[in-house]
Amino acid sequence: MKVCNEMKLSFPSRSANEAFARTAVSAFAAALDPTIEELADLKTAVSEAVTNAIVHAYQEQIGMVYIHAKILENSRIVIRIRDKGCGIADVKQAMEPLYTTCTTGERSGLGFAVMEAFMDKVKVRSQVGRGTTVTLEKTILSKGAE
Amino acid sequence: MKGDKAMPLKLYAEENKVVACLMGEIDHHGAGRLREEIDGMLERMRPDTLILDFREVTFMDSSGIGLVMGRYRLIRQWNGAVEIHNPAPSIKKVMRLAGLDRIASIHASPPAKGGSTEKTEAQV
Repeated sequence: MKVCNEMKLSFPSRSANEAFARTAVSAFAAALDPTIEELADLKTAVSEAVTNAIVHAYQEQIGMVYIHAKILENSRIVIRIRDKGCGIADVKQAMEPLYTTCTTGERSGLGFAVMEAFMDKVKVRSQVGRGTTVTLEKTILSKGAE
Repeated sequence: MKGDKAMPLKLYAEENKVVACLMGEIDHHGAGRLREEIDGMLERMRPDTLILDFREVTFMDSSGIGLVMGRYRLIRQWNGAVEIHNPAPSIKKVMRLAGLDRIASIHASPPAKGGSTEKTEAQV
Protein backbone atom coordinates (compact mmCIF):
# COMPACT_ATOMS: atom_id res chain seq x y z
CA MET A 1 0.00 0.00 0.00
CA LYS A 2 1.35 3.40 -0.98
CA VAL A 3 2.42 5.63 1.90
CA CYS A 4 1.12 9.18 1.40
CA ASN A 5 2.73 10.73 4.44
CA GLU A 6 4.65 9.66 7.49
CA MET A 7 6.25 11.01 10.63
CA LYS A 8 8.50 9.80 13.39
CA LEU A 9 8.72 10.97 16.96
CA SER A 10 10.86 9.92 19.86
CA PHE A 11 10.68 11.21 23.40
CA PRO A 12 11.66 10.14 26.93
CA SER A 13 9.08 8.21 28.93
CA ARG A 14 8.05 11.13 31.14
CA SER A 15 4.35 11.30 31.87
CA ALA A 16 4.19 14.94 30.71
CA ASN A 17 4.83 13.55 27.20
CA GLU A 18 1.53 11.61 27.14
CA ALA A 19 -0.32 14.77 26.11
CA PHE A 20 2.42 15.73 23.64
CA ALA A 21 2.30 12.32 21.93
CA ARG A 22 -1.46 12.16 21.44
CA THR A 23 -1.64 15.79 20.34
CA ALA A 24 1.19 15.30 17.81
CA VAL A 25 -0.46 12.21 16.31
CA SER A 26 -3.82 13.95 16.14
CA ALA A 27 -2.22 16.94 14.36
CA PHE A 28 -0.63 14.52 11.87
CA ALA A 29 -3.97 12.75 11.32
CA ALA A 30 -5.77 16.06 10.72
CA ALA A 31 -4.75 15.83 7.03
CA LEU A 32 -7.32 13.01 6.68
CA ASP A 33 -10.12 15.38 7.74
CA PRO A 34 -11.37 13.13 10.54
CA THR A 35 -14.59 13.76 12.45
CA ILE A 36 -14.31 14.97 16.04
CA GLU A 37 -15.21 11.46 17.18
CA GLU A 38 -12.55 9.80 15.02
CA LEU A 39 -9.93 12.23 16.30
CA ALA A 40 -10.97 11.57 19.91
CA ASP A 41 -10.72 7.80 19.26
CA LEU A 42 -7.20 8.17 17.86
CA LYS A 43 -6.04 10.42 20.68
CA THR A 44 -7.42 8.06 23.30
CA ALA A 45 -5.84 4.94 21.76
CA VAL A 46 -2.44 6.65 21.38
CA SER A 47 -2.66 7.92 24.96
CA GLU A 48 -3.30 4.38 26.21
CA ALA A 49 -0.36 2.87 24.31
CA VAL A 50 2.06 5.64 25.34
CA THR A 51 0.90 5.42 28.97
CA ASN A 52 1.55 1.66 28.92
CA ALA A 53 5.11 2.32 27.72
CA ILE A 54 5.66 4.91 30.45
CA VAL A 55 3.98 3.09 33.34
CA HIS A 56 4.68 -0.56 32.53
CA ALA A 57 7.54 -0.87 30.04
CA TYR A 58 9.95 1.50 31.78
CA GLN A 59 8.35 1.62 35.24
CA GLU A 60 10.71 3.65 37.47
CA GLN A 61 13.26 4.25 34.70
CA ILE A 62 13.23 6.75 31.87
CA GLY A 63 13.64 5.23 28.41
CA MET A 64 12.75 6.32 24.92
CA VAL A 65 9.33 5.89 23.32
CA TYR A 66 9.22 5.81 19.51
CA ILE A 67 6.20 6.62 17.37
CA HIS A 68 6.09 6.02 13.63
CA ALA A 69 2.82 7.08 12.02
CA LYS A 70 1.89 6.57 8.38
CA ILE A 71 -1.04 7.69 6.28
CA LEU A 72 -1.78 5.17 3.52
CA GLU A 73 -3.54 5.98 0.26
CA ASN A 74 -6.90 4.53 1.33
CA SER A 75 -7.27 7.02 4.24
CA ARG A 76 -5.87 4.47 6.61
CA ILE A 77 -3.65 5.62 9.45
CA VAL A 78 -1.13 3.20 10.95
CA ILE A 79 0.56 4.21 14.20
CA ARG A 80 3.39 2.15 15.64
CA ILE A 81 4.33 2.85 19.26
CA ARG A 82 7.51 1.14 20.37
CA ASP A 83 9.53 0.95 23.58
CA LYS A 84 12.69 -0.84 24.65
CA GLY A 85 11.36 -1.61 28.10
CA CYS A 86 10.73 -4.78 30.07
CA GLY A 87 8.40 -6.46 27.58
CA ILE A 88 5.24 -8.45 28.27
CA ALA A 89 5.55 -12.16 29.12
CA ASP A 90 1.95 -13.02 28.29
CA VAL A 91 0.46 -10.62 25.73
CA LYS A 92 -2.88 -12.43 25.63
CA GLN A 93 -3.32 -12.04 29.38
CA ALA A 94 -2.18 -8.39 29.29
CA MET A 95 -4.87 -7.66 26.71
CA GLU A 96 -7.70 -9.12 28.77
CA PRO A 97 -10.07 -6.37 29.95
CA LEU A 98 -9.51 -5.44 33.61
CA TYR A 99 -6.19 -7.33 33.82
CA THR A 100 -3.65 -5.10 35.51
CA THR A 101 -0.33 -5.59 37.29
CA CYS A 102 -0.98 -2.42 39.28
CA THR A 103 -1.75 -3.13 42.93
CA THR A 104 -2.83 0.38 43.99
CA GLY A 105 -6.29 0.02 42.46
CA GLU A 106 -5.77 3.22 40.46
CA ARG A 107 -5.20 1.62 37.05
CA SER A 108 -8.35 0.24 35.45
CA GLY A 109 -6.73 -2.49 33.34
CA LEU A 110 -8.64 -1.20 30.33
CA GLY A 111 -5.84 0.23 28.19
CA PHE A 112 -5.86 -2.49 25.52
CA ALA A 113 -9.66 -2.78 25.65
CA VAL A 114 -9.91 0.95 24.87
CA MET A 115 -7.38 0.62 22.01
CA GLU A 116 -9.32 -2.32 20.56
CA ALA A 117 -12.68 -0.57 20.89
CA PHE A 118 -11.50 2.69 19.31
CA MET A 119 -9.26 1.41 16.51
CA ASP A 120 -9.96 -1.01 13.64
CA LYS A 121 -6.93 -3.15 14.39
CA VAL A 122 -4.48 -3.49 17.30
CA LYS A 123 -1.38 -5.65 17.05
CA VAL A 124 1.04 -6.24 19.92
CA ARG A 125 4.49 -7.75 19.60
CA SER A 126 6.60 -8.10 22.70
CA GLN A 127 9.75 -9.78 23.91
CA VAL A 128 10.64 -9.91 27.59
CA GLY A 129 13.68 -7.75 28.24
CA ARG A 130 13.61 -6.30 24.71
CA GLY A 131 10.48 -4.21 24.53
CA THR A 132 7.01 -3.92 23.06
CA THR A 133 5.58 -2.65 19.79
CA VAL A 134 1.90 -1.75 19.56
CA THR A 135 0.51 -1.11 16.08
CA LEU A 136 -2.79 0.73 15.82
CA GLU A 137 -4.72 1.01 12.55
CA LYS A 138 -7.84 2.89 11.59
CA THR A 139 -9.53 3.92 8.36
CA ILE A 140 -10.71 7.51 8.57
CA LEU A 141 -14.04 8.03 6.84
CA SER A 142 -13.32 11.68 6.30
CA LYS A 143 -16.07 14.21 6.89
CA GLY A 144 -16.31 14.96 3.20
CA ALA A 145 -17.17 11.33 2.44
CA GLU A 146 -20.21 11.19 4.71
CA MET B 1 7.24 21.76 34.16
CA LYS B 2 6.33 20.90 37.73
CA GLY B 3 4.02 22.80 40.02
CA ASP B 4 3.75 25.84 37.76
CA LYS B 5 0.29 25.06 36.50
CA ALA B 6 -2.89 25.67 38.43
CA MET B 7 -4.64 22.50 39.50
CA PRO B 8 -7.29 21.70 36.87
CA LEU B 9 -9.85 21.19 39.58
CA LYS B 10 -12.44 23.16 41.54
CA LEU B 11 -13.32 21.39 44.73
CA TYR B 12 -15.97 22.38 47.23
CA ALA B 13 -18.35 20.90 49.76
CA GLU B 14 -22.04 21.66 50.13
CA GLU B 15 -24.42 19.96 52.54
CA ASN B 16 -23.44 16.31 52.50
CA LYS B 17 -21.82 16.50 49.11
CA VAL B 18 -18.36 17.07 47.77
CA VAL B 19 -18.30 18.52 44.28
CA ALA B 20 -15.19 18.13 42.10
CA CYS B 21 -15.31 20.11 38.85
CA LEU B 22 -12.61 18.56 36.68
CA MET B 23 -11.01 20.53 33.86
CA GLY B 24 -8.91 20.03 30.76
CA GLU B 25 -7.35 16.68 29.91
CA ILE B 26 -7.41 13.72 32.31
CA ASP B 27 -4.59 11.26 31.74
CA HIS B 28 -2.10 9.29 33.82
CA HIS B 29 0.12 12.38 34.14
CA GLY B 30 -2.54 14.51 35.83
CA ALA B 31 -4.61 11.85 37.59
CA GLY B 32 -2.30 11.50 40.60
CA ARG B 33 -2.67 15.10 41.74
CA LEU B 34 -6.42 15.03 41.17
CA ARG B 35 -6.66 11.86 43.23
CA GLU B 36 -4.72 13.36 46.15
CA GLU B 37 -6.80 16.55 46.23
CA ILE B 38 -10.15 14.76 45.98
CA ASP B 39 -9.23 12.08 48.51
CA GLY B 40 -8.02 14.71 51.00
CA MET B 41 -11.41 16.43 50.84
CA LEU B 42 -13.36 13.15 50.95
CA GLU B 43 -11.52 11.94 54.02
CA ARG B 44 -12.07 15.27 55.82
CA MET B 45 -15.74 15.62 54.91
CA ARG B 46 -16.90 11.99 54.61
CA PRO B 47 -19.79 13.11 52.38
CA ASP B 48 -22.80 11.01 51.31
CA THR B 49 -22.14 11.87 47.69
CA LEU B 50 -19.17 12.77 45.52
CA ILE B 51 -20.15 14.65 42.37
CA LEU B 52 -17.54 14.48 39.62
CA ASP B 53 -18.42 17.18 37.10
CA PHE B 54 -16.86 16.55 33.68
CA ARG B 55 -18.36 19.63 31.95
CA GLU B 56 -14.95 21.21 31.33
CA VAL B 57 -13.05 18.01 30.59
CA THR B 58 -11.89 17.90 26.98
CA PHE B 59 -10.11 14.55 26.98
CA MET B 60 -10.03 11.44 29.12
CA ASP B 61 -8.39 8.05 28.69
CA SER B 62 -8.63 4.98 30.93
CA SER B 63 -6.66 6.80 33.64
CA GLY B 64 -9.90 8.73 34.23
CA ILE B 65 -11.72 5.43 34.67
CA GLY B 66 -9.19 4.45 37.33
CA LEU B 67 -9.74 7.85 38.96
CA VAL B 68 -13.51 7.31 39.22
CA MET B 69 -13.16 3.68 40.35
CA GLY B 70 -10.63 4.56 43.05
CA ARG B 71 -12.86 7.32 44.48
CA TYR B 72 -15.83 4.95 44.37
CA ARG B 73 -13.89 2.42 46.41
CA LEU B 74 -12.97 5.08 48.98
CA ILE B 75 -16.45 6.57 49.44
CA ARG B 76 -18.00 3.10 49.69
CA GLN B 77 -16.09 2.67 52.94
CA TRP B 78 -18.75 4.88 54.57
CA ASN B 79 -21.54 3.88 52.14
CA GLY B 80 -21.29 7.02 50.04
CA ALA B 81 -22.11 7.25 46.32
CA VAL B 82 -20.48 8.74 43.22
CA GLU B 83 -22.36 10.80 40.63
CA ILE B 84 -20.88 11.69 37.25
CA HIS B 85 -22.13 14.91 35.67
CA ASN B 86 -21.92 16.27 32.13
CA PRO B 87 -19.42 14.04 30.32
CA ALA B 88 -18.88 14.96 26.65
CA PRO B 89 -19.79 12.23 24.11
CA SER B 90 -16.17 11.09 23.64
CA ILE B 91 -15.74 10.79 27.42
CA LYS B 92 -19.06 9.00 27.80
CA LYS B 93 -17.82 6.51 25.22
CA VAL B 94 -14.83 5.59 27.43
CA MET B 95 -17.10 5.42 30.50
CA ARG B 96 -19.59 3.19 28.70
CA LEU B 97 -16.81 0.82 27.63
CA ALA B 98 -15.66 0.53 31.24
CA GLY B 99 -19.18 0.01 32.58
CA LEU B 100 -18.85 2.97 34.95
CA ASP B 101 -22.63 3.37 34.89
CA ARG B 102 -22.78 0.24 37.07
CA ILE B 103 -21.00 1.98 39.96
CA ALA B 104 -22.01 5.62 39.44
CA SER B 105 -25.12 7.37 38.17
CA ILE B 106 -24.53 9.59 35.15
CA HIS B 107 -26.34 12.93 34.88
CA ALA B 108 -26.63 15.42 32.07
CA SER B 109 -27.43 18.68 33.85
CA PRO B 110 -25.42 20.84 36.28
CA PRO B 111 -25.02 19.69 39.86
CA ALA B 112 -28.08 20.69 41.87
CA LYS B 113 -27.62 23.69 44.13
CA GLY B 114 -29.77 24.34 47.16
CA GLY B 115 -32.10 21.41 46.68
CA SER B 116 -32.90 21.97 43.00
CA THR B 117 -34.31 18.83 41.42
CA GLU B 118 -33.42 19.61 37.83
CA LYS B 119 -31.16 16.61 37.48
CA THR B 120 -32.10 14.16 34.82
CA GLU B 121 -30.67 10.77 34.20
CA ALA B 122 -28.91 10.59 30.86
CA GLN B 123 -28.57 7.65 28.55
CA VAL B 124 -25.06 6.26 28.70
